[in-house]
Amino acid sequence: MDKVRGQILCCGGTGCTSSGCEEIIKEMNFQLKENGLDEEIKVIKTGCFGLCALGPIVIVYPEGAFYSMVKKEDVKEIVEEHILKGRIVKRLLYQETIADGDNIKSLNDVEFYKKQLRLALRNCGVINPENIDEYIALDGYKALAKVLTEMSQEDVINEIKKSGLRGRGGGGFSTGMKWDFTYKAEGDKKYVACNADEGDPGAFMDRSVLEGDPHSIIEAMAIAAYAVGADQGYIYIRAEYPIAVNRLQIAIDQAREYGLLGKNIFDTDFCFDLEIRLGAGAFVCGEETALITSIEGHRGEPRPRPPFPAVKGLWERPTLLNNVETYANIPVIINKGADWFAGIGTEKSKGTKVFALGGKINNTGLVEVPMGTTLREIVEEIGGGIPGGKKFKAAQTGGPSGGCIPASLMDTPIDYDSLISIGSMMGSGGLIVMDEDNCMVDIAKFFLEFTVDESCGKCTPCRIGTKRLYEILDKITKGQGTMEDLDKLEKLCNDIKASSLCGLGQTAPNPVLSTLRYFRDEYEAHVRDKVCPAGVCKDLLKYTIIEDKCIGCSICAKNCPVGAITGEIKHPFTINTDKCIKCGVCEGKCPKKAIIRK
Amino acid sequence: MKSIAELEAIRKKTIKSVDLRKNREGYRVVVCMATCGITAGARAVMSAFLDEIAKNNLSNVTITQTDCIGMCRLEPIVEVYNPNGEKITYVNMTPDKVSKVTQEHIAKGNVVTEYTIDAAE
Repeated sequence: MDKVRGQILCCGGTGCTSSGCEEIIKEMNFQLKENGLDEEIKVIKTGCFGLCALGPIVIVYPEGAFYSMVKKEDVKEIVEEHILKGRIVKRLLYQETIADGDNIKSLNDVEFYKKQLRLALRNCGVINPENIDEYIALDGYKALAKVLTEMSQEDVINEIKKSGLRGRGGGGFSTGMKWDFTYKAEGDKKYVACNADEGDPGAFMDRSVLEGDPHSIIEAMAIAAYAVGADQGYIYIRAEYPIAVNRLQIAIDQAREYGLLGKNIFDTDFCFDLEIRLGAGAFVCGEETALITSIEGHRGEPRPRPPFPAVKGLWERPTLLNNVETYANIPVIINKGADWFAGIGTEKSKGTKVFALGGKINNTGLVEVPMGTTLREIVEEIGGGIPGGKKFKAAQTGGPSGGCIPASLMDTPIDYDSLISIGSMMGSGGLIVMDEDNCMVDIAKFFLEFTVDESCGKCTPCRIGTKRLYEILDKITKGQGTMEDLDKLEKLCNDIKASSLCGLGQTAPNPVLSTLRYFRDEYEAHVRDKVCPAGVCKDLLKYTIIEDKCIGCSICAKNCPVGAITGEIKHPFTINTDKCIKCGVCEGKCPKKAIIRK
Repeated sequence: MKSIAELEAIRKKTIKSVDLRKNREGYRVVVCMATCGITAGARAVMSAFLDEIAKNNLSNVTITQTDCIGMCRLEPIVEVYNPNGEKITYVNMTPDKVSKVTQEHIAKGNVVTEYTIDAAE
């Protein structure tokens, strides 16, 4: 007889794994056994809870106590105090969950979760991703059963069309239309594929879905395969995501064992199987034609469209390719209905979007909000604001393909169309927050460096154009730019956008264009006044000692690695700017804060 | 997987363990498990509750424990909260008494008065 009275959920996402959750789980099991509690309390490894900044995270049920930043040494206390004696260990609780007196707040009342609506992430952090039964317990594979036994292919496609779901990988194309095209395309064999080649710096939502709820992707792909008439699927995932790959493989094996993949699923004529294809981490392979080429076993390079993959994809056959997060929404739409889904979000962007919050923000992690939520709500309320009381300067959405949104546009509702209208894009959902210490020219340069590196080289505008863009930006950050360079930048950006072969090149100039549009004054300061207002661009910095503040202790001179600081003890010292390499060591060492960076 | 019934069977079998992770609104059984309680046999009482609840197929019941409530001479003490939050305190509990409390109070809502603190005082 099962007599489990409590469960300890430990986050096993990549974030918490790197902060040591494996050790904690081991210790937890050991301590439970020591206290004779291992029969009645079970430790369960789940997917990501979203609050990665506070990992490793442990939640104890039925009390729902949310422990954050748990260390191995804390485990004994949790077991002996909380589990054995029922006294919640207050000092380890996530501070936001402590209510008045001895009560703890429900997670749904905490600022971080309050405004969230978790659809794609519905099971992440709730179930054990390596246990298919737990997925089934929360209505898993019910949508597949419904589709196979009650709906025609057209019914499914119409339902998805009606829901208004759009591609979550960045493009925002109607998912239902895509399914319809593939369904109507002629072919002796068809394929479905999943794009899990999440390559944007700072984006990790697809990884978290695969780690926390792999069966939802398998179920959705089976539904898609039924709708378009395919019997084989491929999941293209980066080899850099070992935990996701591992859990996905476990999930596929379990689904096969249960007959949810394979022949005659639910005793119908429908047969479907899935395979994982590992990518080597090239950014361009996130582009659909390059991804397809890579699955076929060739070097991942894009090709012109049309023909679109829906007509000619894998091995020249009609292929449906959707992103992980798009698929994650499918079972929910089938179970709850298109109308329910279409009731969430804005007029043209339905449902929710997952964002990976990163950069200068307190609650680094994953959040899922209804479309139309404003940037201000995400940053200030859910994200908990900017550390150190600094001022918000901009948010970058869409990674290297997106743009920066300045503080003046913080109240823009976030959906596909409004982001494009302000010169950014949804992208896959990376959201990097920047404060007053970030130099916008440097940010543009950072993203360009990335695209130069990741350009596959097949077409000239992208291969050479991005390189030239980078060189001009580099020149500006070194204080050698001219006003003509700014015009040249803009023209080159537009040329690259207009003439590149694939999405990588077509969007690569976006970080430059949007920073030029909203932060032109910063570019001009670099060019005209040869200063970097944020104090980031090294070549434009100058360190000086304020005479009045300097007590002549010589600590700076002793620490200077190039001997650029000289002076007489107890008299103000000076920095020889010709020798100075601007490493900043002196600034950090000065006990009187007499050294300033300008 | 051949039928929806099969899927439903797996769902039913597993839902109980996943449900534990939601906020529950049913009965709450709180066993006093400080040193005094444990020495008086609270662990066996708690174990008996877990068995009985499972045996009677009662869902939506939370079993948890608490610290010393100050009446060590009456241990093992068990507090049962109904869904409205009203508390009944049972004292001098033994595994034998647990089955009656489960079947009468938790399953049907009838307080087992002879085991309550009022009866003992």
